[in-house]
Amino acid sequence: MTPRRFDLSLPVLIGVVILLAAMIALPVGWLFVYAFADKEGQPTLDNFVTLFTDPSFLDPLITTLVMSVSVSAICCLVAAPLGWLAARTDMPLARTLRTLVMASLVTPPFVGAIAWEMLAAPNSGLLNQLWRYLTGASADEALLDIYTFEGLVFVLACYTFPYVFILVANALDRMPGELEDASSMLGASTWQTARRITVPLALPVLLAGALVAFLQALNQFGAPAILAIPAGFHTLTTKIWSLFQFPPKSELASAAALPLLLLTVALLRLQSAVLGRRGYAVLGGKYGAPRLVRLGVLRIPAATIAMMVLALPLFLPYAALLNTALSPVASQLVTPATATLQNIKFTFWGLSSTMPALKNTFVLAVSSATLGGLLAMLIAYIVARRAIPGHRVLAFLATSPLAIPGIVLGVGLFLAYAQTLYGTLWILLIAFITIELPASYQQLGSAFHAVHPELEEAGRMLGATRLRTLWTITAPLLSTAAIATWCFIFVAVIRELSAAAVLFTSETKVVSVLIFDLKESGDVGAIAVLSLAMIALTALAIAAANRLGGGRLQARIAG
Amino acid sequence: MRRRTLIKATALLPIGARVVSAAPAAEPVTPALIEAATKEGKVTYYTAMDLSVAEPVAKAFEARYPGIKVSVERTGSERLFNRIAQERASKIYKVDVVNSADASHFLPWKRQGWLAPFVSDAMAKDVPAEMVDADGMFCNQRTHLCPIAYNTKLVLPADVPKGYQDLLDPKYLGKMVKAHPGYSGTIMTATQQIVREIGWPYLEKLAKQKVLQGQSATEPPKKLEAGERAIAVDGSDYQFWMAKERGAPIEVVYAVEGTPLITNPMGIFKSAASPNAARLLVSWIMSAEGQQFIVTLSGQYPANRHIKPKPGRPLLADIKTFREDPAAVEKQADEIKVRYTRYFKV
Repeated sequence: MTPRRFDLSLPVLIGVVILLAAMIALPVGWLFVYAFADKEGQPTLDNFVTLFTDPSFLDPLITTLVMSVSVSAICCLVAAPLGWLAARTDMPLARTLRTLVMASLVTPPFVGAIAWEMLAAPNSGLLNQLWRYLTGASADEALLDIYTFEGLVFVLACYTFPYVFILVANALDRMPGELEDASSMLGASTWQTARRITVPLALPVLLAGALVAFLQALNQFGAPAILAIPAGFHTLTTKIWSLFQFPPKSELASAAALPLLLLTVALLRLQSAVLGRRGYAVLGGKYGAPRLVRLGVLRIPAATIAMMVLALPLFLPYAALLNTALSPVASQLVTPATATLQNIKFTFWGLSSTMPALKNTFVLAVSSATLGGLLAMLIAYIVARRAIPGHRVLAFLATSPLAIPGIVLGVGLFLAYAQTLYGTLWILLIAFITIELPASYQQLGSAFHAVHPELEEAGRMLGATRLRTLWTITAPLLSTAAIATWCFIFVAVIRELSAAAVLFTSETKVVSVLIFDLKESGDVGAIAVLSLAMIALTALAIAAANRLGGGRLQARIAG
Repeated sequence: MRRRTLIKATALLPIGARVVSAAPAAEPVTPALIEAATKEGKVTYYTAMDLSVAEPVAKAFEARYPGIKVSVERTGSERLFNRIAQERASKIYKVDVVNSADASHFLPWKRQGWLAPFVSDAMAKDVPAEMVDADGMFCNQRTHLCPIAYNTKLVLPADVPKGYQDLLDPKYLGKMVKAHPGYSGTIMTATQQIVREIGWPYLEKLAKQKVLQGQSATEPPKKLEAGERAIAVDGSDYQFWMAKERGAPIEVVYAVEGTPLITNPMGIFKSAASPNAARLLVSWIMSAEGQQFIVTLSGQYPANRHIKPKPGRPLLADIKTFREDPAAVEKQADEIKVRYTRYFKV
């Protein structure tokens, strides 16, 4: 397998390994060093003693675990039936449902949390006002209170269930129809088949989904910071963040980050163990298209319920954001008479941080998507083609950031680069590329497996180096996957808050951090405008990349 | 960082100027200063003042001196303090002018030699001596208070609290919003005064009242206006008044025990990348024109003695205020944060 002729393989391997080590191993290494050291740098276990005996650390730990389990359970309860409806029934609007779920995935959870404050703050929340108006309840009573543990769980579930939905729906799409057909032929009713065949087959995926949801909730920073602090409690991530205020208690922050890191690693191992067994879901040879269950009279009610579920992460929050953006006081429903452009004017012309933050966000999103995509492609290629000995190390390094929560990576990067890159956009670029590397690597890795190596071998035989082959043959064939990955990173960078909240400085502020800062002073009007602008930027980028990206890659093939 | 040549002050002190041995001579705004500042083209201004005032102040300065862009970095004073320290530890020198609601911040900054001495004309002539640092390192920009306030739609006249002890009444359970001394300099300063005058037991009991915990002192006025809570335990007075003046159902209560008083010193960092623009900005803000702008817009109490308080606002002299003690705040800040977090859980 080792290339005979000298090409750039070895330098590339060494280069990529060094790069990944600088991006991942160094920050995590510093985290461990700090966690086991006192302020003078002497080795100690005191940080952990403090961590596990002081209630102000222990409470957040327990809260976070209960929260993540609850979120995970709710996500499964909601996403499994919805996924089944979308994939396996003749429910109307099934495609729309999938698109809308994607839209809720693109919505940053911290924006969702702010929007839900506008909807369900006990007194000023629009839904509570509506409820009081309809029932005549007194001004003291509230139907909903978002500033509670339950409120936080609800908001997290709203923006976590898409992950479970997508896993379940995709698995059900791929599940062979024969087994269900056999069941029907043997006389089972539709519902019996669903219960005895479909559900057991989908169970491993659901379990994997539960773990993904648990991890998402565990590592969320923005939504807890917005809802938990007013409610008077901390989660692990907000606690780490609060420890990181100056003088940064780096030792304690690192020590507090380690349980989060280790838990994530353990759960990921569990997840791969679970997903490793998915084989039995796809026994058999050629599969027929999955049979659609006829819902009959339940078609319309099913679609209605699905849309009502989507109202929670999407329709209601966006309506609230729009209302706030156009209204002089966030708690009042805007009317044509009261509508004002004041917030928009203030955000774009009055607020001196807006334009730099938009620019930083855009620059970072484009460069992270481009550089991160290239790096992921290079690694995916090396691993998929076993191009260089040691490719397994690369695969491991490229997937390892999955186990590093954003805020932990932020702290680690700060510890590693406080004297060098901190204060520049570079440190944010590294953070964003690292955070998105596992997903983009996996996405491109599976795309490489779909391209037959013989095309590349032809190129190699005709004398091209590996890199040239990769550039002129493989890359164009992968254009769809590459564009998808690019969009994926772009969107993820725009909504990233947890690492950015630790790593920003006044001149390297991104939109998510600006929103977070504005939240501190309660400027909801500007927040609503910025959130909507951020979502619009995301939508535009996806649309543009879909169109232009394809054209450019086409041109490259022709050239 | 490259050291830049500063514009030298004209040698003559104006007649009647206060002469303080260690402070530099007062510097008028000269065409040379304006030219040097315009050449720098920008100035970074870290402040804790609410954006609804801070950004218009910046825009007014930009209009007055075209060609100089002001970047406003607004966040709670305690965060500003953290951010500046963290940036300096990483050798990042972004801040030119700083304006904190926690006067104690200027003590370590001055001790560590981070501040550059500067006394503008107005600071020498028109600002009471006790508001200017003896070495000219900082000067109070304006004063505000941290009163109680309530939403008149949500509190019956008979239920209006008269002071802090009233807030412990069970009838206010779940009806109050409050900002946090870990983020806000106004609240840090106020908490130190309240602890001194009323004592920790008051705060310990208040924490059991299910208070909605905000961060910056600029947030409770907005939550109150939105009707999210009936009573703001604390917050910046000028925002309550500004909301009331634009028709929001808000009334301010100056507690019978007394109301915390907060000065807002401003200083220039020695490491400023735009030292001349920084001096020009400070000169303008302290001038009659700048002070008048802040007073007209927000009604805060001016440092410049020639500026009249905003009509319709109570006079500072008529309000029973607590004494501000920056040295004590500096000593107690960590303890206040820890103890507050223990009581209020965040």
